[in-house]
Amino acid sequence: MLEVKDLHVTVEGKHILKGLNLTVAAGQVHAIMGPNGAGKSTLSAVIAGKEGYEVTQGSITFDGQDVLEMEIEERARAGLLLGFQYPVEIPGVKNIYLLKAALNAKREAEGLGEIPAPEFMKLIKEKIAFMKMDASFLQRAVNEGFSGGEKKRNEILQMLVLQPKLALLDEIDSGLDIDAMKVVADGVNSLRAADRAILMVTHYQRLLDHITPDVVHVLVDGRIVKSGDAELAKELEARGYDWVLEESAA
Amino acid sequence: MSEVQGFLDRLSERAATRGAEPTWIAARRQAGAARFEALGFPDRKVEAWKYTDVRGIARGDFALAESAEFSPASAAALTLPIAAHRLTFVDGLFAPALSDLGELPAGVSVEPLSQALAANHEAVGGALGRLAGVDFSPFTALNTAFAEEGAVIRLAPGAVVERPIVLQFLSSARSAPVMSHPRVLVEAGARSQATLIEHQVGEEGAANFSNLVSELLLERGAILTHYKLQELPQGDHHIASLHVDQARDSRFTSFNLNLGGALARNDIVTDLNGQGAEANFFGLFFGQGRQVLDTHTLANHNAPLTFSNENYKGILDDRARGIFNGKVIVKRDSQKIEAHQNNANLLLSDRAEIDTKPELEIYADDVKCSHGATTGQLDQEAIFALRARGIDEATARGLLTLAFAGEVMERVAIDAVAERVELAVAGKLPERFNLAGLVEAAVALHEE
Amino acid sequence: MASEEMEQLVRRDYKQGFVTDIESDTVPPGLDEGTIAFISQKKGEPQWMLEWRLKAYHQWLKMTPPSWAHLDYPPIDYQAISYYSAPKKPEDRPQSLDEVDPKLLETYEKLGIPLHERAALAGVAVDAVFDSVSVTTTFKEKLAEAGVIFCSISEAIREHPELVKQYLGTVVPTSDNYFAALNSAVFTDGSFVFVPEGVTCPMELSTYFRINAANTGQFERTLIICESRAQVSYLEGCTAPQRDENQLHAAVVELVALEDAYIKYSTVQNWYPGDEDGKGGIYNFVTKRGDCRGDRSRISWTQVETGSAITWKYPSCVLRGKDSIGEFYSVAVTNGRQQADTGTKMIHLGEGSRSSIISKGISAGHSNQAYRGLVKIGPRAKGARNFTQCDSLLIGDQCGAHTFPYQEIGNATATVEHEATTSKIGEDQLFYCQSRGISEEDAVSMIVNGFCKDVFQELPMEFAVEAEALLNVTLEGAVG
Repeated sequence: MLEVKDLHVTVEGKHILKGLNLTVAAGQVHAIMGPNGAGKSTLSAVIAGKEGYEVTQGSITFDGQDVLEMEIEERARAGLLLGFQYPVEIPGVKNIYLLKAALNAKREAEGLGEIPAPEFMKLIKEKIAFMKMDASFLQRAVNEGFSGGEKKRNEILQMLVLQPKLALLDEIDSGLDIDAMKVVADGVNSLRAADRAILMVTHYQRLLDHITPDVVHVLVDGRIVKSGDAELAKELEARGYDWVLEESAA
Repeated sequence: MSEVQGFLDRLSERAATRGAEPTWIAARRQAGAARFEALGFPDRKVEAWKYTDVRGIARGDFALAESAEFSPASAAALTLPIAAHRLTFVDGLFAPALSDLGELPAGVSVEPLSQALAANHEAVGGALGRLAGVDFSPFTALNTAFAEEGAVIRLAPGAVVERPIVLQFLSSARSAPVMSHPRVLVEAGARSQATLIEHQVGEEGAANFSNLVSELLLERGAILTHYKLQELPQGDHHIASLHVDQARDSRFTSFNLNLGGALARNDIVTDLNGQGAEANFFGLFFGQGRQVLDTHTLANHNAPLTFSNENYKGILDDRARGIFNGKVIVKRDSQKIEAHQNNANLLLSDRAEIDTKPELEIYADDVKCSHGATTGQLDQEAIFALRARGIDEATARGLLTLAFAGEVMERVAIDAVAERVELAVAGKLPERFNLAGLVEAAVALHEE
Repeated sequence: MASEEMEQLVRRDYKQGFVTDIESDTVPPGLDEGTIAFISQKKGEPQWMLEWRLKAYHQWLKMTPPSWAHLDYPPIDYQAISYYSAPKKPEDRPQSLDEVDPKLLETYEKLGIPLHERAALAGVAVDAVFDSVSVTTTFKEKLAEAGVIFCSISEAIREHPELVKQYLGTVVPTSDNYFAALNSAVFTDGSFVFVPEGVTCPMELSTYFRINAANTGQFERTLIICESRAQVSYLEGCTAPQRDENQLHAAVVELVALEDAYIKYSTVQNWYPGDEDGKGGIYNFVTKRGDCRGDRSRISWTQVETGSAITWKYPSCVLRGKDSIGEFYSVAVTNGRQQADTGTKMIHLGEGSRSSIISKGISAGHSNQAYRGLVKIGPRAKGARNFTQCDSLLIGDQCGAHTFPYQEIGNATATVEHEATTSKIGEDQLFYCQSRGISEEDAVSMIVNGFCKDVFQELPMEFAVEAEALLNVTLEGAVG
């Protein structure tokens, strides 16, 4: 589904990703772990299309399409959705409005018409209940005045509504307490499906206690240096990253 | 018109007694006089003078001082007690006996304007008037017509002056009022660093008019901190304009502390002409009686990646009037600008007035600009909280007034200057304020 | 001036005659006493009204146009303007929608203007495009029942002279400013509203009349009076772009609120802004002022300004009454070559008076926009409060946004707060919306609408919906 080949990225002249390779198949949950500054957030930003990241070499394809040639919104409509580490606040724009606009943009791209209002409301009610969120939240401005936990729940709620093919979750666990973590993890787990892939970027093992990945990758210094199953994450938690570095240097 | 004529007459009188001057100086004087005559004294229809009545100056009969007499004892009491390179002027005339330049570092020169002109007038001619044109205001024009004395300060590239350079302008009590038009020129070479203090102070009973124009050129990477400490006697009228030109990566910081005078008007204009240039304007004005304290600042962001920051505090008691106008202009294509302005005012009396106008004029889009202006009273709840801790109301008010000024005052790095201001603010407040008591209370609060 | 002289003057002007046949209801360009007498005569006005106009005219002659605004336009030749012209004859108008500029129709479509209104707006000469007569009649009956007078100012001058005499020019004196003086001399029509003591006007005024109201001409005069405890909500303007042959518009609006009265005045201004080069747009010089005369009275101005080449407009409140309230909510959008200098004045005279100002400016294209405001606290306005929030959003690097807030505070018990920000549209916000699949243009309009939320929520419901649509249309092509 997602194929990243020999990806080199520079940010403000600094070489961050140095030949990264990654393949994510439908139905899989991947976790990318790595120390701070390894390039984890750069990877998710480049896949989502954030400005200021220069791809100097390599390719990203999604369902056979060249992602780097697609506009930001085209990527989203194609089903490639990023959950932000720091969701931005948009004063005055209601959550419900954003959700509806985004969903309709996707439906339009898929050749479906606008979603009928009753159907939309039914969908939203179901999803916010699942995310244990209060209905009043829909009337609040996007992320404005939200706690860290609320922002992250909101990101997952958008995923649940927009049903992406590939959910890209950037440090979705940061700033969450245990209860919120549980709700967010339940949300992510409910997204697991045979035709969907999930790619999580995280610094800590603790998220993976709640969402068991099929594949764990270790990203160090702009490259994936080791891949394994869920056990690898536990090993990283116990031993840190140094041994991976030594192993890869050897 | 006759008001203007009076000043022009003084000018011709002076021309008759003055020795011959280089042609360019004479020509410049003429240009200044012509411009002044054309503009006349500003009235309230002129936007920049909308709130400032200058009739006290226009109708005054000010002679030019002929001798610089000041008792050394009273001068010593007024002088800032700090180790500095100091030039003193009495009613505009250079007073060598009251000056002490000490030992200046290599590459640094500080001279009275008259001496600099006498020594090499051509070296001064190019820079003088480059930043402060006669069109800026009638008073700049008037200064250009009259200026004979002042200071020329030059810093060679890389020169660092540790001690502050103090220009002390004394105003003396005389039987007939006098006027002075000092001119200051500072050329700060690349990466040079200095602190300049312009200190206006005088004897009680003085009722003179001083009209200062300063021009500061900051070359690449120069760092200049400018203090203006204005504590003139209550009868004095004072007009000053400060014009700054900032090259790439230079940093200019202004502390404008206005306490004295019947009328004091300050214009501060900086042109941020090179990337990375930064200007900081900090100010405090404290007015009482019928004082009028007026400040206009302007930051011209002429280049991308330039920064300006402004914070002014006004405290007004009795029937005093405060005027603040802070303007930021961002030119087209000056992208990535940050400019922030804040002006907060405290009215202590029902008859005090503040007129404030923070302005933004923005022609580029990648900017972060903000301004805020607030006017209010001392926080009754805070007064209550202090009283609930056993502090009497008067002391509580004094403490909070000083606290209000705190944001600006805590940035003042020269203790002697800060003390003057704090003493003036606390001491000048009605008797209910007692500095010693305040300090004790502050200590008590701190220990609590 | 004695009335005898006046009559002579009127007659003399007739004698001097006009080049054009009087029957045709037009005067040639130019302004003199004769023109004014002609207008007054056409309107069937009493003598005192003509005197009032002439007094204003003589004041105007001595005045000069204001130059302090941040606006750049060539001098206006006041002698080249025709000060009275009747509506176009049916045969001169488009005969059907097919003859109307398709671009205009496209915009109506986008704004969701009902079909039957589109023809009327485009000036199509169809007798029954909009059955305004019956609608008007129904509402007039309902209003009359409540004791509310709502009619044209010309009708009011004839039918309710005592009320007009008592209030006209008491809020905006004839000599107030250049354009107000001109308007006072030559105004041709406008609205008159009188809500008697204790009455809450049973409906929002002018919603159903907006199309008719659009034809009130270039010098509109409106007077609204609310007696004690009376309330009214008045809606002016139209979201559809209005074409007008007259380039100069100089309206005057006066509001009077007595004790405990509440007047809410909402405007959507969308005059033709001119073409891409700014040619042909409307010059809109408006004087709007409300007088909170009574204690606890309240006047609220809400405006959405998207049109005109030049906008010069400062809806203001004089807060005379004790505990009176003034409000100003404004969204101004400029694009293309538009220029707007707009804001408000809050003059606090009464004890405990309060005001709030929320101004949102959006500049795009090559446009320039200035917020100009005055908050003045008089020495007797004990405990007066003002809060001002004034934000500017820049879209593109060729536009300008300026802020000139004056504060004159002469009372130590006053609390005045002003906050302003200027920034470009948030790239992070755009990215966030786009990464949810929303196009850049839609994302911009979402963010801009969000930016304006605080003001839109002050608009009456149906206006709010239209205003959002209008914003999007105005900003079309601003991005990318």
